[in-house]
Amino acid sequence: MTVLELRDVSKVYGDGPAQVQALRAVSLTVDEGELVAVMGPSGSGKSTLLTIAGTLEESTDGAVLVAGVAVSGMSRNDRARVRRRSIGYVFQDFNLLAGLTAAENVSLPLELDGVPGKTAREHGLRALDELGLRERAGSFPDELSGGERQRVAIARAVVGDRQLLLADEPSGALDSTNGDAVMRLIRAACLRGVAGVVVTHDAQLASWADRVVFLRDGRVVDQTAPAAGPESLLAPNS
Amino acid sequence: MSVRHALLALLSEGPKYGLQLRQEFEARTGEVWPLNVGQVYTTLQRLERDGLVESDGSGGEGPQKGFRITDDGRAELAAWLRTPPDLSSPPRDELVIKILIAVRLPNVDVHEVVQAHRKYLVQLMQEWTRLKEYSAERDLGFGLAVDAELFRLDAVVRWLDAADGRIKRASLELLEGPRTPLPKVPRRAVVRS
Repeated sequence: MTVLELRDVSKVYGDGPAQVQALRAVSLTVDEGELVAVMGPSGSGKSTLLTIAGTLEESTDGAVLVAGVAVSGMSRNDRARVRRRSIGYVFQDFNLLAGLTAAENVSLPLELDGVPGKTAREHGLRALDELGLRERAGSFPDELSGGERQRVAIARAVVGDRQLLLADEPSGALDSTNGDAVMRLIRAACLRGVAGVVVTHDAQLASWADRVVFLRDGRVVDQTAPAAGPESLLAPNS
Repeated sequence: MSVRHALLALLSEGPKYGLQLRQEFEARTGEVWPLNVGQVYTTLQRLERDGLVESDGSGGEGPQKGFRITDDGRAELAAWLRTPPDLSSPPRDELVIKILIAVRLPNVDVHEVVQAHRKYLVQLMQEWTRLKEYSAERDLGFGLAVDAELFRLDAVVRWLDAADGRIKRASLELLEGPRTPLPKVPRRAVVRS
């Protein structure tokens, strides 16, 4: 099933001579269970693509469908509801709320969506459990290690029945070992059925994806074929 | 890959037979670098000739012959571990040459050439990352070897990204005319196509 579909999406900022065309007729589909990386230099439009896919911004032209529902043209409130129910974000610096415990951070998006407190907490604990963090549920962010904070951020992004996980340079300032750990967790979420989009300029992060889409000057210029199995490099005399 | 020093390393753990050395050598390198079978036995002969290993003289040819490392062999191995490989004079890099030539040719879209190489490299990295995902955590040596390959390919992609940006800026300057005089390129860095 297709979870995210962008059809000929364009985005223009400003007008007149100061006009900037951030995206030009970008089409992209991401299926359930698939992880797609969007690679491009600064200014290529990759963050714009993510904020439009995440319904935080509206496209100037084209259609955005989340789980088959067209969000373009929806009211602000309706879009916010789709966002709260279906979409999870992982930010560069994880953006955990310092005054809330790990469990409260994770269940917050559900409570904001009107899920009763008890149910929200149960879902939150389950998401923490899947990432091996149940025993840290009562800890505050500053009591957690960097690696644990990453996992809380990912738990928050996939809590409940979120179908779409969007990540912007998710390894942030982490070293490569921890960057790998973040990507392993995102891959694991995708194996459980979530559709993932990671935007990055880092080829090592992008190489965790099933498919890498290259963005340049707001256009999709190329993409890799779906990754081959691990056996292909081990052929004799390769 | 130094077969010679790999064999000395295996023998520093204790005496071994030729066949055993061959099998362990293959296992340790994680099957990443396929090895010519004959290389193990001929290398052992050379190590013996140089006094770095001794054989027990039994078992005739390679496979059944027993070998042990000598004091000279241990000293050679210790020195080799600490000798930096020669990274000072880079090899002629085919990719760099291709991009340099593409820049000079009329009617060639350099960005498209850069992208073709970038895509190929990222695809290779995806395959290595799959290997890492499935097996590197269980095998330290293999994980280290895969990381090395990923960092090497990553460096090439980063060079392509930098080249792409540099070429774009240069063509914009050409359109607008340089605002400040361009610095002189040192003569020996000038590449003639």
